[in-house]
Amino acid sequence: MTHLITKKNIKTNAEDHHVAKLTALAIGLHIIEAVIPSPLPGVKPGIANIVTLFVLYKYGFATAAWVSLLRVFASSLLLGQFLSPTFVLSLSGALLSLAALYVAQHLPKKTFSAISLSIFAAFAHISGQLLVVWVWLIPHTGIIYLVPVFALAAMVFGLINGLITLKLLMK
Amino acid sequence: MLIKFNHKPLIGDWLVIIVSLLAIIFMFQQFWRLEQASKLKIRQGDKVIGTYDLNQTRELQIHGAVGDTHISISQGKVRFKQSPCNNQYCVHQGWLSRAGQVAICIPNQISLQLMGAKSSYDSLNY
Repeated sequence: MTHLITKKNIKTNAEDHHVAKLTALAIGLHIIEAVIPSPLPGVKPGIANIVTLFVLYKYGFATAAWVSLLRVFASSLLLGQFLSPTFVLSLSGALLSLAALYVAQHLPKKTFSAISLSIFAAFAHISGQLLVVWVWLIPHTGIIYLVPVFALAAMVFGLINGLITLKLLMK
Repeated sequence: MLIKFNHKPLIGDWLVIIVSLLAIIFMFQQFWRLEQASKLKIRQGDKVIGTYDLNQTRELQIHGAVGDTHISISQGKVRFKQSPCNNQYCVHQGWLSRAGQVAICIPNQISLQLMGAKSSYDSLNY
């Protein structure tokens, strides 16, 4: 019986390979970012989100969700953070960010470009993370003082990531 | 190095940027209120010792769990002047003057809470 199971191959199609390649790119960016020290803990540019956004425009929401979530799981395994608070923060950010993109993708394309979507995703990302920090890690109202700082960082990096995505999409 | 983008942000993008910036400025104003405190509330253990006006010069002596704590109020600011505790964290906090600030001496179970004209939120719920 065992040899039958071990011999069984998982069938993959072209789209799976595509998702895998894009996810690999996102994981790379995620890990580069993880080793760069940040002046303020929690403030990171979130460059891996450029990939999510790019994929959303090129291949649709479902692929973007795959790439984003696979990236979170795989990166945490590589960094040894799986199921740690860092992983939970990363996942909560990614989930809320995807939820925001799911809604925002229906906005008229002639008025809102990738820049808007990137900013929305960044705000959703930091909201998810702050919620987890507040509910689970540091249930103290002092967290409220950090909200404007993180919101400003999200806005700035969301804008930059959006511009980069736009540039990539033009090619 | 200047990155040249051959695609300008659209009207909606500008709208999003402006609204976000306004929201962030609003949050800074709301959450980082630098209001001058006018009242001081002192607690020992679970009971309130008293509420004092900050605009006066006054020395207080409060008996706590491990001894006597000296607190001095001086025209809008307050500090732990002397404490019988080991670490002296409370004393090292120095002068407090802004609404919402708190200093606590855990060994002696004494806390100072500064309040503004209208009391700021002490908890928020979503």
